[in-house]
Amino acid sequence: MRKILGISALLLVVCVVTALLSGSFLSAYNIENLIRRTALFGIISIGVSFVIVTGGIDLSVGSVVCLVGCGVPWLLTTHGWSVPTALAMAVAVSVAVGLFHGLLITRLGLPPFVVTLCGLLLYRGVARGFTRDQTVGFGSDFKGLRSLATGEIDLPFIPGFSLPVPWLFLVVVAGVAAVFLNRTVYGRHLLALGCNEQAARFSGINTGRMTVLAYVISSFLAGLGGLLFVLDVNSAQPVDFGNFYELYAIAAAVLGGCSLRGGEGTITGVIVGAALMQVLRNMITLVTTHNNVEFAIIGAVILAGVIADELVRRLGARRQKTR
Amino acid sequence: MTVPLLQAKELTQTYPGVRALKGVGLHLMRGEILAVIGENGAGKSTLMKILAGVQMPDSGQIEVNGVVVSLPSVLAAQKLGIALIHQELNLAEKLDVAANIFLGRERLRYGLIDTREHHRAARIYLAAVGLQVAPTVLVHTLSLGQRQLLEIAKALSVQARILIFDEPTSSLSSSEAATLFQVIGDLRKQGVGIVYISHRLGEVKELADRVTVLRDGENAGELSRTEIEHGAMVRLMVGRDLGQFYAHVPQKPGAVVLEVSELRTQVYPQQSLSFQVRAGEIVGVAGLVGAGRTEMLEALFGVTSAVGGRVQIAGVEVRPRSPEEAIRAGVALVPEDRKRQGVILQMAVQENITLAALRQGNPSGFIDPSWESALVGEMMGRLQIKAPSSRQVVQFLSGGNQQKVVLGKWLSLKPRLLLLDEPTRGIDVGAKHEIYRLMEELAAQGVAILFVSSELEEILGLSDRVLVLHEGRMAGELDRGELSEESVLRLATNTDVRDR
Repeated sequence: MRKILGISALLLVVCVVTALLSGSFLSAYNIENLIRRTALFGIISIGVSFVIVTGGIDLSVGSVVCLVGCGVPWLLTTHGWSVPTALAMAVAVSVAVGLFHGLLITRLGLPPFVVTLCGLLLYRGVARGFTRDQTVGFGSDFKGLRSLATGEIDLPFIPGFSLPVPWLFLVVVAGVAAVFLNRTVYGRHLLALGCNEQAARFSGINTGRMTVLAYVISSFLAGLGGLLFVLDVNSAQPVDFGNFYELYAIAAAVLGGCSLRGGEGTITGVIVGAALMQVLRNMITLVTTHNNVEFAIIGAVILAGVIADELVRRLGARRQKTR
Repeated sequence: MTVPLLQAKELTQTYPGVRALKGVGLHLMRGEILAVIGENGAGKSTLMKILAGVQMPDSGQIEVNGVVVSLPSVLAAQKLGIALIHQELNLAEKLDVAANIFLGRERLRYGLIDTREHHRAARIYLAAVGLQVAPTVLVHTLSLGQRQLLEIAKALSVQARILIFDEPTSSLSSSEAATLFQVIGDLRKQGVGIVYISHRLGEVKELADRVTVLRDGENAGELSRTEIEHGAMVRLMVGRDLGQFYAHVPQKPGAVVLEVSELRTQVYPQQSLSFQVRAGEIVGVAGLVGAGRTEMLEALFGVTSAVGGRVQIAGVEVRPRSPEEAIRAGVALVPEDRKRQGVILQMAVQENITLAALRQGNPSGFIDPSWESALVGEMMGRLQIKAPSSRQVVQFLSGGNQQKVVLGKWLSLKPRLLLLDEPTRGIDVGAKHEIYRLMEELAAQGVAILFVSSELEEILGLSDRVLVLHEGRMAGELDRGELSEESVLRLATNTDVRDR
């Protein structure tokens, strides 16, 4: 709870600073755009947070985004698949990827870092292979499908501002994820195994199956994210589509209070973390003239946030002791 | 009067919400073995950490040889000749014996580690503690007893004159413990002062020159050599009489609950085990460390799969390949390593207690908060779990209360067969008593109980029948009438006890 407050405060500060430095930050166009990006990144961040909660890591998120993001337009335009079969294929592939990771990790006992690092290389390579490294896109077709990401809903009371559709996806995904994690038997099992895999197994939890499930959720949501990303921007270049997205997702999860040691994390925190990442990127675009320092600034702010969090925690512990 | 080797006065230490020490004092003479006993939470560990420089007290004074000292770090304590031998041994398992002895104080030659000098010096210290291994042996190949001796050798290499032992025998076999006691005796003769913490009152009686008892962070009293006696120690520790410590009431055994025939475990695939446990029976499993007792329980609970043999629970053949399957057949295990296998330290009492019963108690998959709080309330009351609230994180409970949480986790499932592996290891006398009472109560309700223990008193006091294992095979089975320290030890060591 306290962690969410801290990160929310940081988000607020960054927003206020950016608004003061740039007049266009609070424009309806910019806010809508921010909400859209936060929603898209929020979805993949929630996915990876399930894996992080089990004490694992998923480095393949960005490449799964690329695989699905390039694969869907490729199937639709180059091969003329129907929309439903192409979407079914996207779901099947992303679930299969997660299953593959999960089984390698639980059955063969391979380290998650290695398995998903190989996935990171593998899926981007596959996407570049089948597209022959050519840009794929929808051109001016599939307007209906694309409205899943580009569509907007007019709000009755705020004129000039409309809510991007991906926000609805995020609300649904976050709602389901939060209920799953906090209110169901399986969510509790997942948290328990993240804290202490052995004790969870000794309590009768099928820890292997729960771990596989976490990787499936992560890849599935990465696939969903990849689909929405490509629908949003209309075309994808296999060489860099979704590049570094796994790191944005992991950073958002960690900023939002997930411990990389496992067993800890809230969905709300992850969404706030994802929002913070996007506002930071937005600030860099609006305020600075050179975008090439983007990573340096993001890295510095995250580090500052994590250091502040640790210092506050220590201060709190000391105060409690002298009480 | 001579100046004490070590003296602590009026030490106080406060943790969040707890005053761990409220003005505790202690003194230790040269060549003396001082045992420090007390229930968990009495302040023993805190006191030892302060004396070893792990943490600084809030107030109080420490003197070494009559000189007031400050112990801000372990290094500072070592320089004054104080060394702590931890309960959980601190050795680098993948390094060899010599490298461990000189870890952090490597002797150098031309700026490189002087391995030859390490080996030469290591042999001297190894001989001093009677550890007969080469300096080049890797630590992970040593037994727990040998590691304990290695820790002592390491302490000798820093010229320690005050050795603090924290539960040194908790994972040793009886022969390893005997070696350890001999080494401690030798050290005493050389004038080393020894502070010895243990829950095992038997060995305190055997070893100690003097006993200091702590209770609730205060000195509860002291016993001199002639006054050291079981009842007196327990009285000071708990502040009351515990009555008869083991009040075993044999139940009339019911139907056979567990029938094991020709069970072979992965560790001892050549040996097979056959036995029965009936409803209402408490069957003890004795044997030395490495006799295959834990492996047997783990095979029954599906942690490791058995290599061969048949297991029947209430007449139905089972072949558990996971704890999940064993639990479904009505088996529960209180594992040996409480902190790693029993409880989830970071989770609350409530979440730990309901963990195993969640699926069964919430068929819809959604956790019903009223079901959860009712179950937790019932178990906390029934087991008298002492925690500020059910939301308390288990990490901050005493060992005894943690063990009760583990038991609470199983009771709600109403197991037919309860397996316990060293159920009272490292927990205080009062909580031990409550766990014995609970085992008796469950047996009276018809639960079949199979428990492993390295504490002979416990085996003798609680069991209707005892299975003795030796190197993976069933060395013998003793009925209550045949039970004696001698009969169990003879089977466990596979020798005539008089030879020892």
